[in-house]
Amino acid sequence: MGHTITEKILMAHTNLKDIAPGQLINAKVDIALGNDITAPIAIREFRAAGGKKVFDRDKVALVLDHFTPNKDINSAQQCKTVREFAVEQGITHFYEGGQVGVEHALLPEKGIVVPGDLVVGADSHTCTYGALGAFATGVGSTDLAAAMLTGELWFKVPQTIKFVVYGKLNRWVSGKDLILHIIGRIGVDGALYQAMEFTGETISALPMADRLSMANMAIEAGAKNGIFAVDAVTVEYLKGRAQKPYKIYVSDTNAVYADIIEIDAGKLEPQVAFPHLPSNVRGISRAGEIKIDQSLIGSCTNGRIEDLRIAAQILKNRKAAPHVRLIVVPATPLIYRQAMAEGLLDIFMDAQAVISPPSCGACLGGHLGILAEGERSVATTNRNFVGRMGHPKSEVYLASPAVAAASAVLGRLASPDEL
Amino acid sequence: MIFKGKVWTFGDNIDTDAIIPARYLNTSDPAELAKHCMEDADADFMKKMKPGDIILGGENFGCGSSREHAPIAIKAAGVSCVVAKSFARIFFRNAFNMGLPIFESKDLADAVDEGKEIVIDSVRGVITLAGSDRTFPISPIPPFMEQLLADGGLMKHIAKKK
Ligand code: SF4
Repeated sequence: MGHTITEKILMAHTNLKDIAPGQLINAKVDIALGNDITAPIAIREFRAAGGKKVFDRDKVALVLDHFTPNKDINSAQQCKTVREFAVEQGITHFYEGGQVGVEHALLPEKGIVVPGDLVVGADSHTCTYGALGAFATGVGSTDLAAAMLTGELWFKVPQTIKFVVYGKLNRWVSGKDLILHIIGRIGVDGALYQAMEFTGETISALPMADRLSMANMAIEAGAKNGIFAVDAVTVEYLKGRAQKPYKIYVSDTNAVYADIIEIDAGKLEPQVAFPHLPSNVRGISRAGEIKIDQSLIGSCTNGRIEDLRIAAQILKNRKAAPHVRLIVVPATPLIYRQAMAEGLLDIFMDAQAVISPPSCGACLGGHLGILAEGERSVATTNRNFVGRMGHPKSEVYLASPAVAAASAVLGRLASPDEL
Repeated sequence: MIFKGKVWTFGDNIDTDAIIPARYLNTSDPAELAKHCMEDADADFMKKMKPGDIILGGENFGCGSSREHAPIAIKAAGVSCVVAKSFARIFFRNAFNMGLPIFESKDLADAVDEGKEIVIDSVRGVITLAGSDRTFPISPIPPFMEQLLADGGLMKHIAKKK
């Protein structure tokens, strides 16, 4: 029986000769990631279990991105806990202050994750790195503690659903729209416990930024991981970036899939997920008249330079509607600097945007852009649960940077074609 | 193990933001988190529930973020266990890793009203409605995960192996 990429990567991290979906295995991890919310609990657990040294200081990544810059005393204390641990352990990949970016934008950018890696992160959007042909999955803090201590973790081998995407994408339609469409089609538990493998001609033509957005949201369909085969686009992205040699795995032609779903992407228009589920998706032409109070462009889903370029292209010589707070969050310091060098920040400021430091901040309703009762935000983020960005009676509409930018200008959910 | 308690019912797709909103994640103190347990799903939950009570969810309970603060809040609130039609993957892991008992039952949620008492017998693999003989099977737990629960969670399990 053949194997999928996901099965092959998992197997390569065990000493087993064969594995099958459903099997419980112990596998070695290449990177174990934590942030300022999840790492403090992991550190507590690590110490309680008598942990003295992490298994490998080069294989632990600690990124203080959620409440950065520290939003209050409690969050400062959490960061202090992690910082002291990172210094004590000599953690190589420790980021805070002016070096911090949103973790899932930062790790690929710095080449810390490479194809064939097995990555666990105490953050659900760790699945982002599947775009690079790595097996990456979100876990909890206790898992992180166990991984930091032993370098291994238990996994249930997932079944894989294959998505075959074909057709040429229309103007303003991006990877974000594709993944929203897919989640809308299969539901928020449509891939529960499973791997989502993205293939097909549309995927081959898709830039890395779009693939990262898609893999990022695999968790929003309940998936364990999302994965893309390594191709010329991946290799080009890794050039001058990859911090170590990498291994490429390909799904066998006789691999067994739980399901194969074909998607005709040529017919898609920009998509929006309405409150309060990422699966509550409709095309922008069916959005109706939804007035917005805020437009958030950023996050690990869509805070990359490519996203900011698209937003700037739309916002150039335009202004956000007077009642709209436009917030732009470059996801990493490098992206911030690029945006500055390319003049994008001027365009945003001319459009009366607030430019936030790289931070998770508003995306999780932490700080730097909280919604009041009854307010609505269009956001390029990945979750629109009740209370996600603020008051339990506020609303979040998930969309691409193009839609978020156009909506900011028109003050309502809108397609760039309406400008 | 036997769990006996009143059930508090919640619908499908109860996400971790509803279980413990991100605005409270600037601490990991269990007692602090417990105060806000289920707050955005039912603002009065903590006022109504009694220690030993049971949370009854629908499909995909615990979806969303990986925050272990969610099972921690539930456990620290005194909830004895969670029963749902299905659990989101990371919540499922977290619950076993930290020793919060959770059980999958496809039919219970549609057959019992809020406030009713149920008895869960995890060894026999059945749930009974108190005062009736109606029973509901629960999905068996793989032996490895049973071991995790018996050892009191993943870290204690690892310590024991060493
Ligand atoms: S940007 Fe949002 S979704 Fe991404 S890691 Fe930060 S809080 Fe999570």
